[in-house]
Amino acid sequence: MTLRRRLIACLAVLALMATPALVLAVDDPSEMLSDPQQEARAQAIGAQLRCLVCQNESIEDSSASLARDLRRVVREHVAKGEDNKQIMAWMVSRYGNFIRLKPAFSAGTLLLWAMPVLALLMGLGTAFLFYRRRASAPPPPPLTEDEKARLARLTKD
Amino acid sequence: MSTPTDNLTRRRLLMALPLAGAGVAGLAFWKMLNGMEHGSFNPHDINAPVLDRPVPDFPLTPLPPTEGFTAQDLQRTSKPVLINFFASWCIPCLAEMPTLMTLQGKLDIWGIAYKDKPENTASFLRHSGNPFTHLGDDHTGRAGMEWGISGVPETFLVGPGGVIRWHTATPLTEDTINTVLLPLAHRLQTP
Repeated sequence: MTLRRRLIACLAVLALMATPALVLAVDDPSEMLSDPQQEARAQAIGAQLRCLVCQNESIEDSSASLARDLRRVVREHVAKGEDNKQIMAWMVSRYGNFIRLKPAFSAGTLLLWAMPVLALLMGLGTAFLFYRRRASAPPPPPLTEDEKARLARLTKD
Repeated sequence: MSTPTDNLTRRRLLMALPLAGAGVAGLAFWKMLNGMEHGSFNPHDINAPVLDRPVPDFPLTPLPPTEGFTAQDLQRTSKPVLINFFASWCIPCLAEMPTLMTLQGKLDIWGIAYKDKPENTASFLRHSGNPFTHLGDDHTGRAGMEWGISGVPETFLVGPGGVIRWHTATPLTEDTINTVLLPLAHRLQTP
């Protein structure tokens, strides 16, 4: 019986250790929405928004006061039932495209987004050209008498 | 059939291509770094998307003795107005105040106290002088969000009719005022 209890205790500790630590910068649990589904949505949106004070962090990661204000705005809009597009539009109309951590697809970012496909196509094209050239290369000229004699000497065993 | 000379030109071309590429990339990097040094290019710049847009609606509470102001007040003005976000806790704002004071009489300046206590704003203005003809309090930072500011000081020039014509997220300098701000304000006033 005690063995089993110990086992359960061990498992419980392991389970606790396996739970990912809450690393977000939410300073205050009262910031979070009570509905876990809405809160998860708000966090997903916030992770896409750049904190304009510490510019390489998302507003969910930053503890700057502007980031806290923006987190609150995101949660207000989520609670009001707005969709992600509407919330992004609110942010972009005030802070510009710079607030998006993931650039939107537009004429200006076309090359950026198309680059993986372009790089793959260029690689395939280069590989194809090399392959074709090698396949169509003329066979090497036959060995001269001298070379044949040398080869025979070298392979004689 | 390719002749040896053909082959040589091709090899030379193949050699020159990467060199030319590196040259172009070098020139581009040089131009970028040069721009960063002289302020014409700033990768951290938050391009204010509010430029050439009407002023947003923003909530302000009055700061006695003035009564605060609204977007409608800005739309009704016939003269350009400088909107300055400041705070008593902001050292660059304190450093900017003497420059703002020199603008008194040349340009209407309306101030917004960003995330500050009214008593701190009052003592700040007593200490540094008060260049503002209108004053509003944005203690929640909501008005700042509507204007899209990311910190203080930030300054906007609003043209007649309430359209935002110019914006800076750095403290105003004498140089900016004389070379950019005042000429632009003059142009806006005499269309």
